[in-house]
Amino acid sequence: MSDMDPFEPVRTSRPPSPSVGHSDTVVIVPEAQTKWSRRNFIKGVIASGVTVSGAVYFGPALTRVNPLSAQGVERLITLNINGQTRRVDVLPGETLAMTLRYKLGLTGTKLGCDRAECGACTVLIGDVNYYSCTTLTHRVRNREVTTVEGLEGTNGELHPVQQAFIDELSPQCGFCTPGQVMSAVALLRSNPTPTRDEARVAMAGNLCRCGAYDHYLNGVMRAAEETSNA
Amino acid sequence: MPELLGKDFTPPDIRGKVTGAAKYAEDFRMDGLLYCRLLTSPMPHARVLNIDLSKALGMEGVVDILTADEVPEQPGAATNILTNEPHFVGEPILAVAAVDETIAQNAIEAIKLDFEPLPFCVDPLESLRPGGPNAYLEGNAVVPRQGVQEFKWTAEDFEAAGEGELPMGEPTAEWSYGDLEAGFSEAVFTLDETFVTASNSHHSMEPRTALAYWENGKCHVRGSTQSQSFVVPGLANYIGIEPENVVYVAEYCGGGFGSKGSAYPTMAIPAHMSRKTGRPVLMRISRAEEYFLGSARPGFQGRIKMGFREDGRISAVDLYIVQESGSNGGGGDMGAAASSVSIVYTPLAMRYRGISVLTNTPPRGAQRGPGQNQIAMAVEPLLDKAARQLGIDLVAIRRINAPTNDSRYGANRQPVTSAHLRDALDIGAEQFAWQERRARSGQRDGSKIRAVAVGQAFHSAGSSGYDGLVRITPDGILHIHSGVGNLGTYSYASTSRVAAEVLKYDWDNCEIARGDSSLGLPWNLGQFGSNTSFTMTRTNYAAAMDTLSKLKEIAAMEFGGSAEDYDISGESVFNRSNPSRRMSYARAAQRAIELGGAYSGHTVPDDINPMTARAVAGLVDTGLIGVARDNMGQRGMVPALAVGFIEIELDVETGKVEILDYLGVADCGTVNHPQGLATQIKGGAVMGFGMACTERLIYDNVWGLPGSVGFYQAKPPSYLDVPSEMGWAAVNIADPQNPVGSKGIGEPVMGCSAAALLCAISEALGGHYFNRTPVVIDMIVNAHSGQPQSHTPLQVNTQ
Repeated sequence: MSDMDPFEPVRTSRPPSPSVGHSDTVVIVPEAQTKWSRRNFIKGVIASGVTVSGAVYFGPALTRVNPLSAQGVERLITLNINGQTRRVDVLPGETLAMTLRYKLGLTGTKLGCDRAECGACTVLIGDVNYYSCTTLTHRVRNREVTTVEGLEGTNGELHPVQQAFIDELSPQCGFCTPGQVMSAVALLRSNPTPTRDEARVAMAGNLCRCGAYDHYLNGVMRAAEETSNA
Repeated sequence: MPELLGKDFTPPDIRGKVTGAAKYAEDFRMDGLLYCRLLTSPMPHARVLNIDLSKALGMEGVVDILTADEVPEQPGAATNILTNEPHFVGEPILAVAAVDETIAQNAIEAIKLDFEPLPFCVDPLESLRPGGPNAYLEGNAVVPRQGVQEFKWTAEDFEAAGEGELPMGEPTAEWSYGDLEAGFSEAVFTLDETFVTASNSHHSMEPRTALAYWENGKCHVRGSTQSQSFVVPGLANYIGIEPENVVYVAEYCGGGFGSKGSAYPTMAIPAHMSRKTGRPVLMRISRAEEYFLGSARPGFQGRIKMGFREDGRISAVDLYIVQESGSNGGGGDMGAAASSVSIVYTPLAMRYRGISVLTNTPPRGAQRGPGQNQIAMAVEPLLDKAARQLGIDLVAIRRINAPTNDSRYGANRQPVTSAHLRDALDIGAEQFAWQERRARSGQRDGSKIRAVAVGQAFHSAGSSGYDGLVRITPDGILHIHSGVGNLGTYSYASTSRVAAEVLKYDWDNCEIARGDSSLGLPWNLGQFGSNTSFTMTRTNYAAAMDTLSKLKEIAAMEFGGSAEDYDISGESVFNRSNPSRRMSYARAAQRAIELGGAYSGHTVPDDINPMTARAVAGLVDTGLIGVARDNMGQRGMVPALAVGFIEIELDVETGKVEILDYLGVADCGTVNHPQGLATQIKGGAVMGFGMACTERLIYDNVWGLPGSVGFYQAKPPSYLDVPSEMGWAAVNIADPQNPVGSKGIGEPVMGCSAAALLCAISEALGGHYFNRTPVVIDMIVNAHSGQPQSHTPLQVNTQ
């Protein structure tokens, strides 16, 4: 693991995108600006000695506890998920999406492509949104991970983004929605009062085949308004 | 005034979508679950000569392997469950079940297969040439009622076509009406254009995962389908059991767009594997596999001749379509396209000819606006070409050809229930400030040219004859049993509100039973074809009217008089002349149980479907049962019509097209759920933009290998490709053949946006018509700079 915290958000000012046409857009660029990158992910998988062949599932057979693998990576690790400490046996090349969905029962995080194209698997690591399908679980030890299940209050009250998405009828089929929710939450944590174009750029890593972009943006703007008025 | 209809509400399934609690097929877990992976064909057409499973079966954790010999064979040019003669790259040959998916995948790597490569074809026209390759050993075309046959055109057919023109040999489908020759002779302007529309994938966000297990002789399946009850007979057939022995759960569907409307073969594999192993089986389909198995819209190679009178009225149309139908014969797109032309432009005379050609590419099926949306993209820009030539406004040429309530549809000249395309054009033109915007169309600022255009599309949008089922339980709750499915449009909920409206229910006292066939769901049409709003309002109305009659009868038995003396209010039934004689719905439900017979489901109408009868049998004595077939009658086709108005800025140096503004207008009868309609109009527009300018399914001509097996290659639109805000409007005139005035709309709202965008691009380029979709950026740059395009006019699998 690098000494530098790979999940520390780096905020940078970026020249306006020609298609957006707004200046002073604050964009969080975690992958490009940190040592945490898609390339590092691939290197990590290779170093772990796991051959990833197409889509990989980790079922019950591989949950046999084996504290140290051949590469000396401790497999029984502690994760902080939605404010809870979870002990879990994690293979060296296992992705966070697989750990969440198949070891921890958190199926709100969806797998739409399993290759960092669609964003349905988006979770928060710290305050920053990441594709959990291309994040190795071992990289998030000692980090706070938040999934869509972790947003509701203790009495079942919804996060303002969730409520706004309901009010604006943002989801259609709903499969991309958990990822859209998490990207919107991440945006509002770093920029509580985004312009619609800033929101559009911030949400651009989340595909929606139903094409509900307009209504998701309505939801983001409504949530921003309601949290800033609160 | 309706209390519920026409108003927004919070659909009951939406909370689960934003909290992650919603369970899609891949979200279920079971003790002892096995994981299944597919071995798929690496070749476009081959015969499996030998399979050596010994090494794979000996691997620790591998439980069993299912081969094609163990599953029902599908006749003709159908998509098989598993096959020993794959007809496209990615077709499943066998399935491996193991205790985890890694082991299953590793076992697949250990299987030795010998293939004999067979001839293949990825271009329909090549297949039609004398001596051209056939996709099947038996032939290359699906001939109606005759199956797969070899169908070749003559060398003379090909020579008769001019350069770049579609040859037109003998078709397999043909119809006509009116005097075509007279129509063309009265035309002052005639177009004869060859066009190509590319195939494109559905790429639903949720891949088509399925889970199955057996319990007490019944097969329980969790699947990803748009439809609920409609899926069951087909799924039972794929499993090889009776429909009553299938328990089907599809509470949520992560997108289908036509590709999950009915049962599909792969969803039966876990059921077969589970029967073989005695354990529950989950089979996830990967994103790449989704591009093979997940269906795609058929591409067209077509030619259209259109005659225009001086006033812009279309006097004659002669349409020929060669449909690329992949490995399974595709759907009825080409015929639907022709029928669409007959109603959107109401030509005075028309001939249609078509041929559906098999290729060794993925199975084709319905995609949102199947046929209608391809032809909208092909014809709408040509309408602009004619308008330019004749000096007619782009809206005016559409108005003069638009259908009315008296127009006729398709080969059989069917009547229509209602058609208000002119109103849609008028509303849109006013709201979009058409005249003012048109004045600036064509203006150039630096390298950017502004353009304003309009597009139209159609789909038939309603059916009848299905069953409604509602139930009042002794706690006073109204249970609306919906078997339609949950595609994500919320129409399962908005159409259920009709029953609540009829019975004057508080919506908070209503529950929708859905998503699980064991809840007792009626036989309903699938959630596809823009039909739900029309079809399901009728079934729920029929069931609610049956309930209303029974409530009045029960009250008359209790208080005397006849049922006609009674009315309802406040969830109770009362005597009109003596309102103190009042019985709550809760009490009436209890009385229904005591009375038995039809009141509590012991007997059912003779004309309901066996599936509905079985549903009622499972609900006997749980309350007052309202069940009825929709016998309201229907005369004619239900047209859903949509118009899109668009303003773009096209950069001639980069080819980039920025959509500045978009307004969609729907003729969908009375608006039942405004917010839901808004999301359909805008979401449909987004899909249309993708179909027009980026999306295509491509295959390598030399090896038959796919070139678009990921989102980044197949290119559905993202947030940054579409406007962040769009407008919508509706004509909102009731359809007379629906009890609440509803018609569907989901499909044409996609076609009209695609057409509008293509028209705007041609407008920005000063009247350059590509006659091809998608119009990708280098085509735009080539067209503007006068460079030749990199494709020939009839080429498929381009860029």
